[in-house]
Amino acid sequence: MRRRTPLVAVGVALALALAACGGSGDSGGSSSGSGTFNAGLTTTVNQSTKTGGTLRIGNAGDWDNVDPADTYYGYSWDFIRLYGRALTMFKPGPGKEGLQLVPDLAQNLGEHSADFKTWTYKLKPGIKYEDGTPVRAQDVKYDVERTLDKSTFPNGPTYFNDFLDTKGYTSPYKDKTPGKLGLKAVETPDDTTIIFHLKKPFSGFDYFAMLPATIPVPQAKDTGANYKMHVVSTGPYKFESYTPGKSLNLVRNTNWDPATDPNRKQLPDRIQVQIGINADDLDNRLMAGSMDMDVAGTGVQAAAAARIQSNPNLKKNADSSPTARLNYISMSQSVPPFDNIHCRRAVQYATDKAAMQTAWGGPLSGGDVATHLLMPLIPGNQDINPYPSGPGNHGDLAKAKAELQQCGKPNGFSTVISARTERPKEIQAALAMQQGLQKVGIKTEIKKYPQGDYFKLYAGNPAYVKKNGLGLLSMSWGADWTEGFGFLSQIVDSRVIRDAGNTNLGVTDPAVDKLIDKATTTADDTARGAIWAQIDAKVMDGAWMVPFLDVKQLLYRPPNVKNAYVSQGLNGYYDYAQLGVK
Amino acid sequence: MTAPIEVTGSESEAQPEAVLAGMGGKVEGRSLGQIAWMRLRRDKVAMSGGVLVLVLILMAIFAPLLSSWFGHPPSEFHQDMIDPNLQRPLHGPWHSGVSAEFPLGVEPTSGRDIFSRIVYGARISLLIAFLATLLSVILGSTLGIIAGYFGGWVDTVIARAMDIFLAFPILLFAIALAGVVQGKVFGLSGNGLRIALLIFIIGFFNWAYIGRIIRGQTLSLREREFVDAARSMGARAPYILFRELLPNLIAPILVYSTLLIPTNILFEAALSYLGVGVNEPTPTWGGMLAQAVPIYSVDPWFMIVPGLAIFVTVLAFNLCGDGLRDALDPRTR
Repeated sequence: MRRRTPLVAVGVALALALAACGGSGDSGGSSSGSGTFNAGLTTTVNQSTKTGGTLRIGNAGDWDNVDPADTYYGYSWDFIRLYGRALTMFKPGPGKEGLQLVPDLAQNLGEHSADFKTWTYKLKPGIKYEDGTPVRAQDVKYDVERTLDKSTFPNGPTYFNDFLDTKGYTSPYKDKTPGKLGLKAVETPDDTTIIFHLKKPFSGFDYFAMLPATIPVPQAKDTGANYKMHVVSTGPYKFESYTPGKSLNLVRNTNWDPATDPNRKQLPDRIQVQIGINADDLDNRLMAGSMDMDVAGTGVQAAAAARIQSNPNLKKNADSSPTARLNYISMSQSVPPFDNIHCRRAVQYATDKAAMQTAWGGPLSGGDVATHLLMPLIPGNQDINPYPSGPGNHGDLAKAKAELQQCGKPNGFSTVISARTERPKEIQAALAMQQGLQKVGIKTEIKKYPQGDYFKLYAGNPAYVKKNGLGLLSMSWGADWTEGFGFLSQIVDSRVIRDAGNTNLGVTDPAVDKLIDKATTTADDTARGAIWAQIDAKVMDGAWMVPFLDVKQLLYRPPNVKNAYVSQGLNGYYDYAQLGVK
Repeated sequence: MTAPIEVTGSESEAQPEAVLAGMGGKVEGRSLGQIAWMRLRRDKVAMSGGVLVLVLILMAIFAPLLSSWFGHPPSEFHQDMIDPNLQRPLHGPWHSGVSAEFPLGVEPTSGRDIFSRIVYGARISLLIAFLATLLSVILGSTLGIIAGYFGGWVDTVIARAMDIFLAFPILLFAIALAGVVQGKVFGLSGNGLRIALLIFIIGFFNWAYIGRIIRGQTLSLREREFVDAARSMGARAPYILFRELLPNLIAPILVYSTLLIPTNILFEAALSYLGVGVNEPTPTWGGMLAQAVPIYSVDPWFMIVPGLAIFVTVLAFNLCGDGLRDALDPRTR
């Protein structure tokens, strides 16, 4: 019998596996509710004003922090508007309108001085916290002070650190002034006025005012790193309970006054977030109707993507949402031969972008082949193609070889591509690039690094890059907000390069820096957009980065969810502040 | 009175000298090579296991030839065979991509030839498994014999060491080391370094398995008369260990090595699955499984093939090893 059992086991294993493929032709997805594929990009799907019910949300990962001073995920900035109001916000609604900023706590968008260094906002009257106490301008200042403290709150963006004239102020927790309002760069002459003093001019400050950093925090209720356990709400919902890593439950905030807030809805009675669910399980629950929304908003996993695209009943509930995220390969000028522009251009021409697009999921679930840095979502985007990749975008081998001749490497050269271990699609794309480059004699070795330390220790550490010859670096960058500065500033400005933790992996062009300064002092949105397009063209001209994918996220909205639409301002996520379930 | 039975020549008796020429030393009655071979030959299941092992070894050795005759280069992408949206192969039964040109189909997303990647993957699996087993066997046998023969504090120390090593979480240690060891070590780098590292980890931490068995066998053997005889003739410990005891232990060493190889194959597959095996794009069976699992509902074939490859290889070695053990030591049947 001992000899026979392995054969029986084989049979059973085979039978189980074959049964699995029978399961791929499914009937999943209820057919109630209206909606067609991509309807959420241009319309609000299943409009409703009915209140009640529980909105069930899932998160395959976890928040970096639910505290407004310490969060840097796009989905978090979207979700936080349910329990927090900042000075400004993106206009609700699908389509291009969503790219505009409108006032939220403030009465109007910021008034600025002629040199763009002073910005003033006046708060709307009558806005209260969840406990009925009024919101004051000093509370907005207090949260800004908190975000400056990068040791208590290391995760958030550093825009206020970089632009405010802080004069050495580090943290409200080291502040000895009464009320802990010692930051002179932010003035609050009275309870409803707040004035920001910048050390360098910035014409787009309304975007900074949109950040969670300006969500008011009452100093009396601040418990530092523990404040996240109960963030005091100014939005339509307040914390009922929060267990980090497990669940976050919000209930109606009765002190939220819709008269002061035309931009949000308060429809469900409860919002229940389950944290740390298995990603494939989450997709299955969405498709079965036992979960309403995936808050992370980066799209369904590969298995669900295949099911959705092959089943019309599921596909009509999906949106292939364009984002302001670019996948690209950065070339390190400290690693020869990438110090020579012709060798860089050779890589630009030889890259098999179509193969990399397939590696990322294809046109609907991965994205569009990118030919330059900006994408359609960014105002001012100009569609240029300085290094056409031949028919089918598989690479122009003839031009690549010509550039190799010019840089003195007619038979190619060897280098290393870096990629992140936990990102299988990134590794597949690196493999696709490896195959493509091989055709012109460029031999590459793929080295994998953990994503947690990728920027601190490896690709973002110039000394490591130079020492280990990492010539080609896999990179993906999403805009902090959908506008030129929000997308490009951290990746092409040479002045943000530091010893470790870099996101600009190799663009150092003083002409680009000058153009960035010009853009930050241009008030007119259209003119500013045009300058960012110029910057795009200039960086492409230097051939520092090989853009290959304008990322699209295949999102799924279950048919029972109401008022779902994709917000362009929020960078391609569903607007979580509008959803209903009845 | 006449003797009822005529005791004559030796039709079915083995000739000890001729047989033992290759084995060296004196053996008493247990494992006569020819008898063992005859027993093995009669065991059909073990023979088929053995043939399968041979086939796999040949497949691994001739991988480049097989790949060029029947398939395509293992790292070459064929995305024209793939549906770019659904990521799975376009043709073939169950969307496996099996066709005349691709005998085992193509991988999803990349379109790489599965047949080529399987035969090249056999190289990695068998190479690492064999060399790791060799390391384990050398270490384990040596330490096992020394512990078993000398007894006393030597035995205690080595036996405790065995306990410690048996309790070691090899998988965790392998993952940790693979992440830490980078760059150039002892002149090796890249995949060479990775393979050496895997061989070292799997081999070094598995020695206790063989060690324990050999120690037990040695303990029973050292009480035998031939050992006393050798000692009384003035033989020193090294002579007794390596010229008297070791030849008697060849049989269990052989058997348990053959049984250790499949364990090591599974180890290597597990490490490749977890991403700490050899680097891309070198194909490994475990690595292919890791890629196949998230999309098994879309392309089950891609999970079946490497899984089956691992299964068949492990099965073959197990059958072979079982048969060898039955042939060499029938008392354990």
